[in-house]
Formats: sequence, C-alpha cells, structure tokens
Amino acid sequence: MMFTFEVLVSLKPGLSDPAGKAVASALPPLGWTNVREVHVGKHIELTVEAADEPTARAQVEAMAERLLSNPVIEDFRILETAEEP
Amino acid sequence: MTVGLPRIGVITFPGSLDDRDALNAVATMGGTGVPLWHGDHDLLGVDAVILPGGFSYGDYLRCGAIAGHAPIMDEVRSFAERGGPVLGICNGFQILCESGLLPGALIRNRSLRFVCREVTLRVETAQSVITADLTPGETVAVPIKHGEGAFMARPDELARVRDQGLAVFRYAGPDGVVDDAHNPNGALENIAGIRNEAGNVVGLMPHPEHAVDPDVGPTGGQPLFASLLAAALAGAGA
Amino acid sequence: MHRRLGLKDDEHERIVATLGRDPRPAELAMYGAMWSEHCSYKSSKIHLKTLPTEGAAVLVGPGQDAGAVDVGDGWAAVFKMESHSHPSAIEPYQGAATGVGGIVRDIISMGARPVALLDPLLFGPLTQERNRWLLEGVVAGIGGYGNCIGVPTVGGEIHFAEPHSANPSVNVMCVGLARAEDLVTSASLTAHAGSLMVLYGASTGRDGIGGVSVLASATLDEGSAAARPSVQIGDPFAEKLLIEASLELIERGLLEGLQDLGGAGITCAVSESAARAGMGADLDLDAVPLREPGMAPFEILTSESQERMLAIVHPSRLDAVTAVCERWGLGTAVIATLTRGGTLAVTHDGSVVAEVPARSLTDDGPEYDRPREPRAAVAGEDPTFAPFDGDPWSALLAVLAAPNVASKRWVFEQYDSIVQGQTVAGAGSDAAVIRVPGTLKGLALSADGKGRFGALDPYLGAAHAVAEAARNVAVTGARPLAITNCMNFGNPERPPVMWEFVESIRGMSDACIALDTPVTGGNVSFYNESADSAIWPTPVIGMLGLLEDYRLRVPTGFPRPGLSIYLLGETFAELGGSEFAEAVLGVVAGRPPALDLAKEAALHRLLVAAAAQDLLASAHDPSEGGLAVALVEAAIEGGHGFAVTLAGDLPSHVTLFSESASRAVVSVAAEREAELLEAAAAHGVPVARLGETGGSAVLFDGLFETSVGALREVYESAIPRLLGEDEAPA
Repeated sequence: MMFTFEVLVSLKPGLSDPAGKAVASALPPLGWTNVREVHVGKHIELTVEAADEPTARAQVEAMAERLLSNPVIEDFRILETAEEP
Repeated sequence: MTVGLPRIGVITFPGSLDDRDALNAVATMGGTGVPLWHGDHDLLGVDAVILPGGFSYGDYLRCGAIAGHAPIMDEVRSFAERGGPVLGICNGFQILCESGLLPGALIRNRSLRFVCREVTLRVETAQSVITADLTPGETVAVPIKHGEGAFMARPDELARVRDQGLAVFRYAGPDGVVDDAHNPNGALENIAGIRNEAGNVVGLMPHPEHAVDPDVGPTGGQPLFASLLAAALAGAGA
Repeated sequence: MHRRLGLKDDEHERIVATLGRDPRPAELAMYGAMWSEHCSYKSSKIHLKTLPTEGAAVLVGPGQDAGAVDVGDGWAAVFKMESHSHPSAIEPYQGAATGVGGIVRDIISMGARPVALLDPLLFGPLTQERNRWLLEGVVAGIGGYGNCIGVPTVGGEIHFAEPHSANPSVNVMCVGLARAEDLVTSASLTAHAGSLMVLYGASTGRDGIGGVSVLASATLDEGSAAARPSVQIGDPFAEKLLIEASLELIERGLLEGLQDLGGAGITCAVSESAARAGMGADLDLDAVPLREPGMAPFEILTSESQERMLAIVHPSRLDAVTAVCERWGLGTAVIATLTRGGTLAVTHDGSVVAEVPARSLTDDGPEYDRPREPRAAVAGEDPTFAPFDGDPWSALLAVLAAPNVASKRWVFEQYDSIVQGQTVAGAGSDAAVIRVPGTLKGLALSADGKGRFGALDPYLGAAHAVAEAARNVAVTGARPLAITNCMNFGNPERPPVMWEFVESIRGMSDACIALDTPVTGGNVSFYNESADSAIWPTPVIGMLGLLEDYRLRVPTGFPRPGLSIYLLGETFAELGGSEFAEAVLGVVAGRPPALDLAKEAALHRLLVAAAAQDLLASAHDPSEGGLAVALVEAAIEGGHGFAVTLAGDLPSHVTLFSESASRAVVSVAAEREAELLEAAAAHGVPVARLGETGGSAVLFDGLFETSVGALREVYESAIPRLLGEDEAPA
C-alpha cells in the first residue's frame, strides 16, 4: 500500500530564527500589526510503500530522525495525509 | 612509516567547489594532495583528511546533511577515532557537525545574505591540529564566503564548548578585540571554528586554502596549513 | 493561432511557402520560438553583420555559442554576454539565476571551463520600492546561482536610471578557458549521418514554455503577473554537475559536438546542431525524459527547463558517454539521430508531428530592415554652460553619494569572488584581473555601458562604452583584445528605437575598429519598454584584455604615501550627461563628451607600455564622475589621502566633474617621474602633475580640505541607506 506523510521540521524553540524575524518585520508595513511570532520551518512530503500504516509511519520517523531533521537544532512532527491500496 | 611529504586527502562530494583550491593549497604548503571520492570506502592511506568548501548536494535539505551520510564518511569517522587529523572548511565544517564529529550546527547568517570578505580571526587555543604552530591571542587574516555560517549550539553543548575550551577561532577586529561589530554572521560568541576534545578534528567557516598565496589574498592560512601538515607527518603511519 | 505564438501574418505566410502547406501545430510552435526576436535576431541581423569581427587574436567570432580569443601559450579565452532582462522583471531571483545558468552553459558548450562571471545591471531609482525589490532579488539570484556552481563573480557595474523602473536590464557575462586545440566549434565538428544526439542533465518539464516568444519578444504590460509560469527555475547544483560531466566528456575526447539548451529548448539545440553540420535529424519526443506526465509535443519541443545539454556522439562512444554522466549523477537519453538531407523530422507517440527543413528554423529565418527615423533631441540647456555658484565640497559629496558612483559593497560582498583561487583583482578595481593557471598571464575583464550618453546621442553613447571598457582594461596594464556585447533597447518596431540601434552599432563599430577590439559575439535584447517609455539605448560592452605578467598589474588605489599624482590626457569643459549634472543640477541634457579615438588609442598604448616597465604605482579611469571622484576613489581604495592643485582656466566645478574621455589618473614614484614624462611624450599623450599622495587628509588646494575617513563614510553608506539599512552590512 502507498502512504503519504507530511513531515514538518521546525527550529527548536529558543534558537535564533533569522528567517522568522525577517518575515515578522515584513508583515507590519503590509498592514498586519497584530502578529506576535513567526517561525519558518520546512515541509517535506513523502510517499512510502509499506504493508501497513504503523510500519510506514515508523520508517518515516526513522527517516526524520536520521536525515530529514537535525536533532541538534530541529524538532519534527509527522502528519499522515493519504493512503492508497 | 611514511617517508617524504605528508599526504593530505581532500574529499570531493557532488557540489564541492573549493576541493581543487584545497589541493592546490596543500601543494603550495609542501604537502601532497590526494583527491578522494565521496562514493568510495577508501582514504587511500592519507595522513590527514580535508572536507572542503562548497555546496555539497546544493545545500538542499540542510547544508552538509546529505554529504554527512556519504559512504566515505564511515572511513572518516574511524580515521578520526584513531586520532587522525580531520579539517572541515566551511561546507566541510557543516558536514562534520551534521555527522556528529563536532558539536553544534551552522545556521543562516543573521543578515540573511551571503557574505564574501576578509576577516580577522583570533586564535583561542593551540590545542588543535591547525593551531599547534600558533599562540592564543594571535590573529590571522582569512576570507569567509558563506550564507549559512552562524555557529549555534544547544545550551548543554555550548557549556561543553566553554568548559573544554573547544573554540579554536573567534571573529575579531583588526586589533584582536572580539566584539559584535566584527561578527559577520551572528555566530554564538563570535565562534568561527571549533575542535573536538582530542583536538584532531577541527571545523572552521573561514577559508584558509584561499589565504596561502599573497598574489590573490591574505596569507593567514599559511600557519594553519603548516600546523596541519606537521600533525599529518607526526601521526603518519600511526 | 500563429499570432498567439508571437508570429506575424507575413511570417505565417512565409512558413506556408517554405513547407508548401499549412503548418502542423507543433511546427507552428517551433517556428514561433525559433523566429522570435530573442532567438532569430530578425530585427538586428542585417545591422550586426556590419560589425568588425576579425582580428589577429580572434579564434572564434560571432555565430557559435560564444566567442574565443588566443591569449598565447596555447590558451584560448572564451567569452560571451547575454541578457535575461524580461524574466527578471517578473521574478528577479530566478530570472537572474537562470541568466547565469544559461551563459555558463554557452561557455562549456565550447569546451571551456568557466572561470569568471561579470554582471552589468540597470535598475530604476532606489527611491522606488519596486526597484529596491528588483535589485535585492536580482543580486540574490546572481549570488545564489553563481556562488553555488564555483565560478567567481569578479566584476560588473550597476547603474540607475528612471527609464529602467520596471524594465531592469540584467546582463551576465561569462569567461572560460580552454586549450585552443580543444575548442568545440562547428568547424571542429566531425559529426556524421547516424551520429546520435544525446540529451543529458535535468529532465524536461513545462518551465518557461513560451519564454522567448512570449516574454522576450513583447513589451511588459498589465498581464505580467500572468506571465509568471513562463519564468524558468534554476538548480545550480545540477549545473555544477553538468559543468564537471561536460568537461570530462570533452577531456576524454568522447564527443563530436556539444550544444547547450537555452531559449527554445530542444527545438533550438537539435535544429542548430543539425543545421551547423549541414544535416537534418530524426527526433523522437518519446525518448525525452519528462518531469511531468502528459506533456504535449509542442511543450516538449519548446520547454525551457534548465540545466540540459545536447551531445553529439558516435554510436561506438555511447556507453562511455553514459558512464561519465552516471558517475556525476546525470541522466542521459538518446533523443535523435543526425540524417542526410537537412530535414528535421519529429515523432511523438508513433506519429510524425513535425517535418521541416532544419535551416528554415535557424539560418533561413526572416530578416528585417525595419524603418528608422531619428529621435527628437533631448530638450534642455547643456549643463556645461549653466552657471553654478554652489560649493564644490557639497557637490563632491552629492556625486560621491549618487547611486551610480557610490560603493557597491552591499552588492559585491554577496558574490563569491575568490573560488578557483585565481582572482588577483576583483570589485574595487577598474577591471577584474584573473590568472591563467600554469602561466604568468592575467586576463583583465570589464563590463561597461553608458546609457545616459546614449540617451543624448546613441552613436556617442556606444562609442564611449567601448572606449571606457578598453580604458578600464588598459589602466590595469592589460592590452584590450576583443569584446562581447549586449544591446539593450526598446521596441524595434518603433522607428526611433530602430534608429537608436543602428546609430549604436555604428558607434560601436567605429570604436572597435579604432581600438582594434573586434566583436566576437553578443546578444540583442529588444522590447525593453512598457506602456509609453523605453529604456535608454544601452549597449553594454564586455571587454577582455591580456596581461603578459599578472604580477605587473596596476592597482586602482594609491598604494603608498609620497607618490606623485599625474593626470594623463586633457580635461575639457564637458558636463553633458555627467553624474554632476544629474546629481547636483538634476538634469540629463547636453552633448556627451567628445571622443577622439586616436587619442584614446594612444592613451591605452601608453598605459600598457608603462605597466610593462612597472612604472605606474596606480591608475584609475576618471570618466564616471570626473577627476575629483577618481582621486577620492583612489584614496579610499588605497587607504592614503592626497593633496592636489587643479590648475587651468575652467570654472572649478567643471575641472572637478567634467567627464572628458581619454584620461587616466595615475600615481608614480618621485624618482621615476622623468620616465613617465618621457613615455607620455613618446605616445603623444598630454600630462599634468596634480600633487602627491600621503596622510589621512584630502586637500583640493584653494577649494576645500577633508579626510579620507569622512569621504569613505559617505561613499560606503549611500547604497545601504537607500536600502533602509542603517549600518554597514553585518
């Protein structure tokens, strides 16, 4: 079966986020002065072939830990979005 | 036992750019440069390894992330564990951090822009394979050219860096004073390069291989390469 | 249907006549792309043919992917300039990035390793937000792509002018090196019928479909946002792999020919390669690796997906070629075979979708001699004669802070200028100087345009651009050898624009002949206008010069105190089109300075000879901003102040800011002054002593005194301030 996952990778809280800061300062001049915080991360979509969902998810978690994110400075979340026979 | 000039390997990853420049610098400074390929499991018996600058794998995903898993990194890891000298320059530094051979990580410059300019580095310790010939407090001029060079570390790692004196270079003014005005990228505590505890693995963002030839730039890289070649020769055959 | 592809009715009739029938849809798309202005040069070809293209040093002239000159010791310097202005106006980062990618591929398709990039850019005033957005995006794109492929960006120029608001000009020049006997040209082609055409590199998607025909050959208007899908996306990592793989293929002698894919994609590469070999080709679109499913034949044929090359390979070498590409992680596909007869036959899904004579797409395309009529002269009194009672000190500050003059550090520090380890001089020098590895030679490179002069007099504007580019090279001690160029103009269907173009060609031609710098190739960018305003006629000249010994290169800045400062050449009362006139008087009017090409040539010969004798401590061209600016720039660059007395009968502001041509500000050791005077006399160049270098003060005797530090502050902070940054780049 085919399972599609979204992996959202973000900087650990408290770390310097220059991209987030840049976006945050670009919003007020455009009229939005009520935005308190902006953090910029990464979004990775994977389609994995596996026998069942738990197997696929476990593999994607391993991928996220080993390659897709850098545990020194990043956290990740996994969302499943689709499954197809 | 190795007789003759120290053999310094330089690994080419897909997207490495300063690999040829590193080989040239090794030759200029009196060593033999040995090209190594990312896909091989063979360091060809070299006495030291350089991971050069560039944009391995286009910097896609994260700088150095994919290169950190290259086949040859197994051999680099064991070589480092045996005490072999390993130098990571710019992208090479990023690869060493991604591989866990050095603490911390490199993130995007605080200006969000790539910066290419000459900087002054203050030597923080002589306990590393590239600063053995230097004295703490001394300064050297070397160019930087990077967009993601700000050294970052978790609080526990930063404590270790401080306690064990792992910082090798800090960005400084021409007079050697370390301050924020002379921090080109927002690196924590102006750290430009660090070492592992044993001092045989060093990573730095500046480019010493572009600082050995007075016709094209500053020469602050000369003592760094001299130290590395001496370390390579001393450990040769170990 | 043909009109939507950008073809005019008479062009459609011509296609019908050529084929003897109505064209099929895929054929129309092929002609639409190949006969677009950008690809066919139909409005400019007959005029470009009048340019001087021959010279002792020229190895390859116009007509190939790039030009090449012999620089001695068996080395050839390959170079070309191209524009990517229209895509950059819509999507500045990718427009500029893919511009870099395209010109680099032109260089490697000649068998040369790219060793330097220069980027001459033109934007509207930075006081407008959109122009700041364009500048930031273009610079980020050039850096983002160029830095990632390991080719140093060593020079360029940036000018600002109102007509470029919303019509930026993005020109990119690339220089490469090859052994002369390894150059890949159609003359060296050994292609046979039956040879295979192998597409390697990235896969083909829908990028940029209609790019050349829709964007580059039409003016920008309200529909611009909708044109976004026509912009190509670049992958510099793939380009780096392409460079290494291509050079390895050539080094191993595995190829019969090599062509890059740029405008009009596969159609252009296949038809040009076949036509150059005097042949046709059988092209099978099913063999093309696709990035997206379900692409129609016309999409595959005209896609402008980046980072693709076409190799011509003898069947016996195919396996070796595939192996090299695979080692570098690049896919390969045999998409066509060369055939006798000259017909390009295209199949898709088993049926023939196109059958046209290859030459009808390339050399036998339409050629127009468009009507032209002189443009009305620019109104306004010549600023040379306008009374000026302001003070020279404030005028100097105003000119120094003018965006055209002020430090471009904010820009050039975003470029890697040192990779490959051969950059002797980069930004801050009149011309960049790079070493030829394994020799003592240096190549001096400069890119220059004089849009403001062109606005006032297109003939003079073009001639001055050539003269200034050659002068920038000569002040480093290098002998100017040859040029490439990019012609940036408005809509050629308007007679005044066509007149500007022809006048510019005339000016460029006369200057190139007088200075012995033939044209080795270049690019024409028309249709740079929107609604009612066209850009100023701006030919941008890319000059290549040769230093026999790079160690004798002459720097721009004063290197030491205690040197004597001289002016070579003469200053006349000429403020027409000057920085002073624009920055201080707020006008662009008058006649550009005169240009005596014989005097200019004599100056260059003197500079080259003096450098060879290690006579000059520094040399700088004063044409941008005038004498005062040149002296100040030399002080800032070198770090040493000066004291000068400017004699003469002209009003002081004229002496300080006139932009007379054929001059150089030089410094020389006191004990060698007599030698300099002798050399100047021998070359017939007037010379006047101005003063001395030294200290941290700057003194214009009888006018004002200041410090190098204060001037540096103004010079360095101008552009960052305009971009809203309070401090120097962090």
